[in-house]
Amino acid sequence: MRQGRHLVLRIGVLLTLIVLVSPIIAGLGGTLLPAFGYWPALGGLALTLAPWRELWALPGLARSVEVSLFVGFATTILSLGSVVMLMAAFMGTRGFALVRRLLSPLLSVPHVALAFGLAFTIAPSGLVFRVISPWATGYTQPPDILIVNDPYGLSLTVGLVVKEIAFLFLTTLAALPQADALRSFAVARSLGYRRVAAFVKVVMPRLYPQLRLPVLAVLAYGLSVVDVALLLGPTTPPTLAVAVLRLANDPDLAQHFVASAGAVLQLGLVLFGIMVWLGLERLVATASRHWMVAGGRECAEAALRAGAMGLAGLIALLVLAAFISLVLWSIASAWRFPDLWPEAISPAIWRAELADALPLISRTLAVGAGAVAAALLLTLACLENETRRGLRPTRALNLLYVPLIAPQITFLAGTTSLMIALHLDGNGLAVTLAHLVFVLPYVFLSLSGPWRAHDPRFRITALLLGASAWRAFFAVRLPMMSSAILVAAAVGFAVSVGQYLPTLLVGAGRFTTVTTEAVALASGGDRRVIGVYALLQAALPFLGFSLALMLPAFAFRHRKGLRDG
Amino acid sequence: MAETERGLVLDGLTISLHGRKLVELSLGIAPGEVVAVMGPSGSGKSTLLAAICGTLDPAFELSGEIRLDGRRIEALPPEARRVGILFQDDLLFPHLSVGGNLGFGLPASLKGRAARRARIEEALRAADLGGLADRDPETLSGGQRARISLLRALLCEPRALLLDEPFSRLDTELRARFRGFVLDELHKRRLPGLLATHDPVEAALLDAEPIRLGSLGPRASSPAL
Repeated sequence: MRQGRHLVLRIGVLLTLIVLVSPIIAGLGGTLLPAFGYWPALGGLALTLAPWRELWALPGLARSVEVSLFVGFATTILSLGSVVMLMAAFMGTRGFALVRRLLSPLLSVPHVALAFGLAFTIAPSGLVFRVISPWATGYTQPPDILIVNDPYGLSLTVGLVVKEIAFLFLTTLAALPQADALRSFAVARSLGYRRVAAFVKVVMPRLYPQLRLPVLAVLAYGLSVVDVALLLGPTTPPTLAVAVLRLANDPDLAQHFVASAGAVLQLGLVLFGIMVWLGLERLVATASRHWMVAGGRECAEAALRAGAMGLAGLIALLVLAAFISLVLWSIASAWRFPDLWPEAISPAIWRAELADALPLISRTLAVGAGAVAAALLLTLACLENETRRGLRPTRALNLLYVPLIAPQITFLAGTTSLMIALHLDGNGLAVTLAHLVFVLPYVFLSLSGPWRAHDPRFRITALLLGASAWRAFFAVRLPMMSSAILVAAAVGFAVSVGQYLPTLLVGAGRFTTVTTEAVALASGGDRRVIGVYALLQAALPFLGFSLALMLPAFAFRHRKGLRDG
Repeated sequence: MAETERGLVLDGLTISLHGRKLVELSLGIAPGEVVAVMGPSGSGKSTLLAAICGTLDPAFELSGEIRLDGRRIEALPPEARRVGILFQDDLLFPHLSVGGNLGFGLPASLKGRAARRARIEEALRAADLGGLADRDPETLSGGQRARISLLRALLCEPRALLLDEPFSRLDTELRARFRGFVLDELHKRRLPGLLATHDPVEAALLDAEPIRLGSLGPRASSPAL
């Protein structure tokens, strides 16, 4: 009798699964088949290894793979190591709140905007060299050294690490209560262990299982990132993902087969990376088993704590310098090296560029709003379905992590091939759907925690006061969860704004947003225009988060119970 | 079954989990009578209450009849059963004012903003809470909040009230006062009540002999609500 009531919700669950699964299937079909030469639309009618032979023959392919592996592993080890250091040094101290306040806003800054800011900071003509020139270096001209786009992927790694530290730090914060971290930490301290030793030996082993998926997401991202690699990464040869993108964008359609083989190789690289990482986990766990219980109460305490403070300061400085660089360039009418300050500033660039940027901004907003609205509807349908049917979170939800871990270039290449075949590419709806695939997991992961933690007795109370299931949902659950819903929406919006590859590929280059335009500007090299677009790109998610915090604070200004809780 | 049967009747009610019986009970509670159900944590007190409310986790199996004023309710959705409940916490909706919370409970059949408002004011005054309708629940004392949550349940005009340890969070003096208030209201309104409690002293205050749960072996491990 009650099945019919859940029909709408069940459709929502089904759609959610379709959103998560169909790009994977489309991606596998649309990438795997052309990788072996089969794609009738392009004249490939037989299975062959030719695309692979061409891929192997590509100059610099081995080097591309090496750089990608280096960047992926260096990013993961450095960000995880930094987070462990920051946690161990600051957990339970007054400095902790400060570190948290410094890192939280960083999460909303898009990778691309941060990458531009970093490039402007560390480049030979950047802020760092201006500060130390000519008095310390003697340079009156920017030195001729390759810092940004260095062949080893070092600046790319730095650009990723700064952002991933923020991501892993906040993920760790969210996992602390489940690992009962503060009490374990206190117990270890009372047994004479100093901070770092207590954290690494007692808290970390319980915390890590909850961090595994986010850490693997960082690894996969580092191994396959495209947008940041286009800005900071090596160029000849580039990382594997960028090399595949170049092939995919080649006007010679025959290269599409080689690009597909490259996309499959990229997937293989990520899977290989994950296996190696899981092996490393085992190794570390085995190797440290005795060390954990050997009774040592210290673990390079002074050095690690000093290192953590230095690191926190360095990140704050880098981000601040990046932001200042972007702002100064966007208003500088002339800024010669090694002047620390532009000779003249004017809003002329802003005025000129804003007019051009308005359609891009509105398109970015529209796609973001569409993807977030759809993601919220699907997420709420899944969660409310769980609530009404008394279900525990199912294994199927692990599918959520697929879009976060599978390399974008692999399944987007396939999805794009299919969309081209179906004439669905190049419009706003297609781009919004592509964004939805990446927005949905973040919205779901962000909202499901608070939703499931919400006291179920409120809903029961509403039902027993005669409210229907829908009224209990709309009049009690939604308003009480409004803060969490808006934060999830802001997270989703930030994810959508940051999307480069889905917009580029599914939009077929005809659908541009602030982000695709910003990345495209990189090759033009006018720093003033780049400054404007990078700041615009960073401003949109920031506005989203500000609204998410301000709206409930305003709407519930007379409701203390919602403001504090 | 007599057509004139009044009150809450549990007729051969059994609740099982994975084929294991947790609760097996037949019981009649007359209008105005309050019966205590006692037992240690996990003995099935809250599970029993959830079964009567209709909010039992689907993992449990339920058999037997639940009748309220002669009407079978065990297959009805919770909102149609006309059973009220008070929990340990007052669970006032934090996004609504005191008046909003009470209005939520008031039946939709009472039409008109002014009429509804008047009904709410009247209920508040009768409970010595006059003038609080526009207040944020968060700014009230624990005792005031407890009484408002009772008023909210009563304004919904339930035919029975379940009490899931609603007194245990209050301090000793407040507990006695609020308990008196609740029992008076149930008596005055001739509502059958079922009180889940740990406290033998509290159970002894009631006229009826308490029901003891927990004799059916292993404890329910999953949460009832």
